[in-house]
Amino acid sequence: MVEQNLRYRSDEPVSDPAVTVDAFADQNNATAVRIEPGDDARALLPHLDRLALVEVNFPAYTDGRGYSAARILREHGYAGELRAVGGVLLDQLSHMRRCGFDSFAPNQAISAEAAEKAFATWPEVYQKTVDGRPAIWAKRHPA
Amino acid sequence: MYQYDSYDQSMVDARVAEFRDQVERRLAGDITEDQFKPLRLKNGLYLQLHAYMLRVAVPYGTLNSRQMRMLGDIADKYDRGYGHFTTRQNIQYNWIKLQDAPDILADLASVEMHAIQTSGNCIRNTTSDQFAGAAADELVDPRPYAELLRQWSTFHPEFDYLPRKFKIAIIGSETDRAAMKLHDIGIQLVKNDAGEIGCKFYVGGGMGRTPMIAPVIGDFVPPLQMISYLEACLRVYNRYGRRDNKYKARIKILVHEIGADEYRRQVEEEFAHILTLGLEPPAEELERIKGFFEQPGFEAGASDDLDLSDPDFALWVDQNVHAHKQPGYAIVNISLKPVGGIPGDATADQIRLMADLALEYSFDELRVTHAQNIVLPHVRKADLYTIWQKLDAADLSAANLDLIGDIIACPGLDYCSLANARSIPVAQKISERFADLGRQRELGELKLKISGCINACGHHHAGHIGILGVDRKGVENYQLLLGGCEGADTSLGTITGPGFNEDGIVDAVEKATNVYLAQRDEGERFVDTYRRIGMAPFKEAIYAKETANG
Repeated sequence: MVEQNLRYRSDEPVSDPAVTVDAFADQNNATAVRIEPGDDARALLPHLDRLALVEVNFPAYTDGRGYSAARILREHGYAGELRAVGGVLLDQLSHMRRCGFDSFAPNQAISAEAAEKAFATWPEVYQKTVDGRPAIWAKRHPA
Repeated sequence: MYQYDSYDQSMVDARVAEFRDQVERRLAGDITEDQFKPLRLKNGLYLQLHAYMLRVAVPYGTLNSRQMRMLGDIADKYDRGYGHFTTRQNIQYNWIKLQDAPDILADLASVEMHAIQTSGNCIRNTTSDQFAGAAADELVDPRPYAELLRQWSTFHPEFDYLPRKFKIAIIGSETDRAAMKLHDIGIQLVKNDAGEIGCKFYVGGGMGRTPMIAPVIGDFVPPLQMISYLEACLRVYNRYGRRDNKYKARIKILVHEIGADEYRRQVEEEFAHILTLGLEPPAEELERIKGFFEQPGFEAGASDDLDLSDPDFALWVDQNVHAHKQPGYAIVNISLKPVGGIPGDATADQIRLMADLALEYSFDELRVTHAQNIVLPHVRKADLYTIWQKLDAADLSAANLDLIGDIIACPGLDYCSLANARSIPVAQKISERFADLGRQRELGELKLKISGCINACGHHHAGHIGILGVDRKGVENYQLLLGGCEGADTSLGTITGPGFNEDGIVDAVEKATNVYLAQRDEGERFVDTYRRIGMAPFKEAIYAKETANG
């Protein structure tokens, strides 16, 4: 099991090892899957009910495909744990959180205190995403 | 023009604080240069050959006098007393110290400015028509849409690590003054027969080493779905744009490889999904922003009469002053291309003078153009002579807009660590060769653009005459291109043949102009003659062996 660094969920962590997207398609009982940058997150959409953990791997922090993968899963209602793994740096945390990640297993450990500060970087946000924060435009024009 | 509310201000203030912290961590050695690089790039800070360069965003090229004045003050306080206006409608300072950068950002934030996303593989500063809100041929004022775009693209969490940089231009006139089809996304605001506004999306254009003209992907996207459509375009690119080779990573390569039809299909599919998410700012927000772009209080019945008895003034009016939609008013183009000068450079004093002129005579507004000039968009014709005299006294009255002296050039090897050759000395030599204004006017509209490397920051592909500096076995060599053009009739230039040295390229340009003068038909521009007669006559003249009487 990957050593967990930061987790922002109250449920019990999944202990099953995450399998590849290909293996997941063949295993009816797998509850954890790991997405590589080239994988299509939409392949998981028919199976969101049985998933408890999706790991999104960032082999390089500069490869931003995982941000789209995360958002797509959340936009389709995935409510389980969404973990960013690998090239996860302090300065990426707040954007990752905004795209739906709620746990982080960085190659280089990040302290909980530093992470809290990173999440608080933006007092406001310009876009509506999947993190529930109201966009500035919504605050300007309350319904 | 747009003014920040407390939300907008809090965002730029947060950015200053974040970057100050990042610089401190870098200086303390807590993060490596490799980790720091993308962070500083997202704040417009490049490491160049001699120092750091800071690129400041001028959103859609629009400034007020207070902002312009600050740009001059920054040039004095942190640089060497000048700044360089760029083809992206921004300004760059070439002699910046890393430890000063957070203070500069704080100074910028005090006048509602920033350097956010002026570099890095993210959505860059949106560009637009420098005559927006003033041009006689305008259909829709693009600025409110550009501001909506600015806010949407600022710190977009999903699109901060794209395969490559991403440039968006938006226009609202029939005449394209923003080279819109040579952007990753070009949006043209159009009207249908019912008078409704729509966004025509061109996706996958660009220059660089593989220049491409963008195909139409979305014909008529409703304005209140523009952001959702952009999300769809960017998401498809973020997921499927190539990341194996940085030279094939721009969206133009994706659109080209899978084809415009397949890209469109994928965008439409994503768009249909995104429309269900409610990501679009409401109509009230667009209306709120539009409120900042209402027509200034023009004087009714202002006179169209002009006293043109001063011949130098008359030449300047003829060349640099453009028609305004309001009777009695005009658009003034201030050329930053004096004979022998560095294209786009302005001193701190010149910058402050232009700020003063804007405050006094142009409803407190200026624009930066992608041709590296400055515009005073709303000037009473009655004030033109006074303005011209003040410009003339500050060496800002070059009457060469769109002539061969109005050269676009990148910073080149004098500053840039990517460059293979110098651009500035070539621009200066050509400018001097064609110093005579009568000769320039005889040649007519002739857009000459110089890049010091294949990345094409100097837009050489789109020049009627383009020059590309390359490195040939350690020696600077210049290739000549003919027939490029931006705008509605966008075309890409063709290389004439073997390259030249620095003096040879100046001679070659002159020979090309001589062919044009000899062969042109009535009313033809250089590029029109080239299109009619083709490359052969130019090639023949340029590469002809010197003869006894030649």
